[in-house]
Amino acid sequence: MPTLAPPEPLLEKHRGSITPQDGLDQPCWIVDRKALREVCQDLRTNPETRFDLLLECFGMDYPERDPRFEAVYHLYSIPHGKRLRLKVPLPEDDPSLPSVLPVWKAADWFEREMWDHFGFRAEGHPDLRRILCHEAFQGHPLRKDYDAARRWICTEKDIYKPKFDVPPQQDDMFERMTINIGPSHPAMHGTFRLTAVLDGEVIVASDIEIGYLHRCFDKMAETHTWNQVIPYTDRLNYCSAMINNVGYCRVVEKMLGIEAPPKAVWARTILSEFSRIMDHCVCNGTTLVDCGGITNFWYMFQPREEIYGLLEACFGSRLTISGCRIGGLLADLPPDFMERSRRLLEIIPPFINDMEALVDHNRIWLDRAVGIAAISGEDAVNWGWTGPCLRASGVGYDVRKAFPYDLYDTVDFEVPVFHGGDVHDRYRVRMAEIRQSLRIIEQLLDRGMPGGPHIVDDPHVALPPKDKAYNQMEAMIYHFKLIMDGIQVPAGERYGMVEGGNGELGFYCVSDGSAKPYRVRVRPPCFPIFSTFNQLVLGHTVSDAVISLGGLNVIAGELER
Amino acid sequence: MSQPVATSAPTRPAARPPAHPTSTKPYKYSLADRLYLPLLRGMMVTARHFFKNLVKSKYTISYPEERRPYSGRYRGHHILTTRPDGSVRCVACFLCSTNCPAECIHIEAGEQPDVNIEKYPVVYEIDMLRCVFCGYCVDACPEEAIIMSRNTDMAYFNRDQSIVGKDQLMKPFTVDPERLGYRPYYPEEDRQRAQMRREAFDLVSAAKGNP
Repeated sequence: MPTLAPPEPLLEKHRGSITPQDGLDQPCWIVDRKALREVCQDLRTNPETRFDLLLECFGMDYPERDPRFEAVYHLYSIPHGKRLRLKVPLPEDDPSLPSVLPVWKAADWFEREMWDHFGFRAEGHPDLRRILCHEAFQGHPLRKDYDAARRWICTEKDIYKPKFDVPPQQDDMFERMTINIGPSHPAMHGTFRLTAVLDGEVIVASDIEIGYLHRCFDKMAETHTWNQVIPYTDRLNYCSAMINNVGYCRVVEKMLGIEAPPKAVWARTILSEFSRIMDHCVCNGTTLVDCGGITNFWYMFQPREEIYGLLEACFGSRLTISGCRIGGLLADLPPDFMERSRRLLEIIPPFINDMEALVDHNRIWLDRAVGIAAISGEDAVNWGWTGPCLRASGVGYDVRKAFPYDLYDTVDFEVPVFHGGDVHDRYRVRMAEIRQSLRIIEQLLDRGMPGGPHIVDDPHVALPPKDKAYNQMEAMIYHFKLIMDGIQVPAGERYGMVEGGNGELGFYCVSDGSAKPYRVRVRPPCFPIFSTFNQLVLGHTVSDAVISLGGLNVIAGELER
Repeated sequence: MSQPVATSAPTRPAARPPAHPTSTKPYKYSLADRLYLPLLRGMMVTARHFFKNLVKSKYTISYPEERRPYSGRYRGHHILTTRPDGSVRCVACFLCSTNCPAECIHIEAGEQPDVNIEKYPVVYEIDMLRCVFCGYCVDACPEEAIIMSRNTDMAYFNRDQSIVGKDQLMKPFTVDPERLGYRPYYPEEDRQRAQMRREAFDLVSAAKGNP
């Protein structure tokens, strides 16, 4: 049971308001809401703890408990490599808590989301509006008493009103103009709306609206069995669906106390790395399209097409593969898996080389990208960034190194870190990561495919093989039981994370012992990254805003869930 | 922005060195970069691709005349399989509709005169606009009554047409063995297991007395 004793001065100062609790997976403290902000401030500044990264905060609803609500904060300390979960109980009649926005800027959108989904009022938050649901939406959808089938008519009348602080007009400024880009605009990736106040061509204030692709993944997960959630996870970061599958299945496997067989783990690692390559290919390809370089897009999409071919041969689908099952894989790997993967390793590097020959040191690209949307490592951590964007700002946090899972601790790879923090370095980090991913895959392929089954031989978790289900009574009963009743996950809670295409992709699952998840919460890496966008584009031109968005690799499916 | 975003940690003690970089070090242009020289290298790449594409076949394919070959696991349009006498193999056990994450399968069961079968689906509908083609119905089926094809050509003029019934799911075009998709057994799988399955079904039909 991991525990974290509060450091002495902290405990002394907040006597009575912190109760350490044994967590199943990571240390957990129950914090009184009155002291929340001070505790957070001390956790961040105390050199012994230094929890500098607020991963996420979200709500929980336990109607049978008193107090009914709970706000959960996941903290991570990059210097110490420690994790902590804070739980703040909130009464039903007044679910309000102090905002931690002065401590971590990452809380900005997460607190808005908490308000939107649970109705927790973060006191002191300057701009507490709905974020994912429509303005005309009524109620708070993730409360347990909210009927998932409820529908609202949301009209244009109550449409989102952009809100920004426009600096006063000065004599040397141009005429002010407010423009609206998106949501149906290719530069906004089809689902975001940017309203910007321009001074000439320079953005002086902007506001971003998201939520056009919101489908309430969390609520959907609560109405389906544990296994049925897997196709929903595909649609989070659809550029690298395999990583989402792995992240979710790993958490549920941990809760069940089972291990995927070696063959499944091996294949998951290889296919996750292929998915990461695809994710980076799409991001870099489209960023360059956004600034006019469409040739790179073709060069990047050709390896991607071939990787999709491999995924299709394994799991029968290209984009939304649903490749994992709890306890293993959907199907055994095809007999030509090794040859196809080897061939991919030969195909991909020439395209990466071509792309680098075209783009690296190309002054047209450098002039567009260097210094654009720059953010320092300190600020990026404060805003809750993870993944390639954080590593471009000089902070080398990678889940695969810090908390190795699957086979990452047995392979040799580096975490590329750059210090520019701008669009150009985000591009360079991704190109370097593609090469590291290829290295990982090559080492794993050299080891050879492990023998054995592709899924655990446990009839309470995995469906029995079909020939048994057709011919044996016992297997037939297990088959029916597993589908009608679902997997019975023991009650408890667990947070698990994998390194997604954009950063730490976490799944926080809570089970009450029944067939359906009590709660599945996703930690979407691009949510905190994108919340910085308004600040990042200040002082840049509209065309720079477009490539900044491309460089952040914001995937709407994951951002809005 | 060129200036880093202002940090919000006023209580941070000033003496301790920061762990994370508080400033950015942008890329420095070399002389060659400033003279646009690396562009020549890029031009050589595009020229190489241009001439290669002149002689070699292009990577793009002329869909729909040409199609990518899909594997025998492809999850496309569903097929309801039939018994040798042409009746639907489904016994309306509702496992597929229970296991469907998209809730797109609608079944209405009816009684079969044959006591060995007992039930059959009077109505079996799949809403193709709701379906996410995850293959969970195929996993759930205990009778091998629903499998998938490699057919992806699904276009409808209205939403009503997208709800396909038994007649369309049992259409012969979908059971071309070359175009079968996701199903419990892949062609590359062990022949012995396939044989075992056939024997199992023969036993069933023998028990029914209609070989």
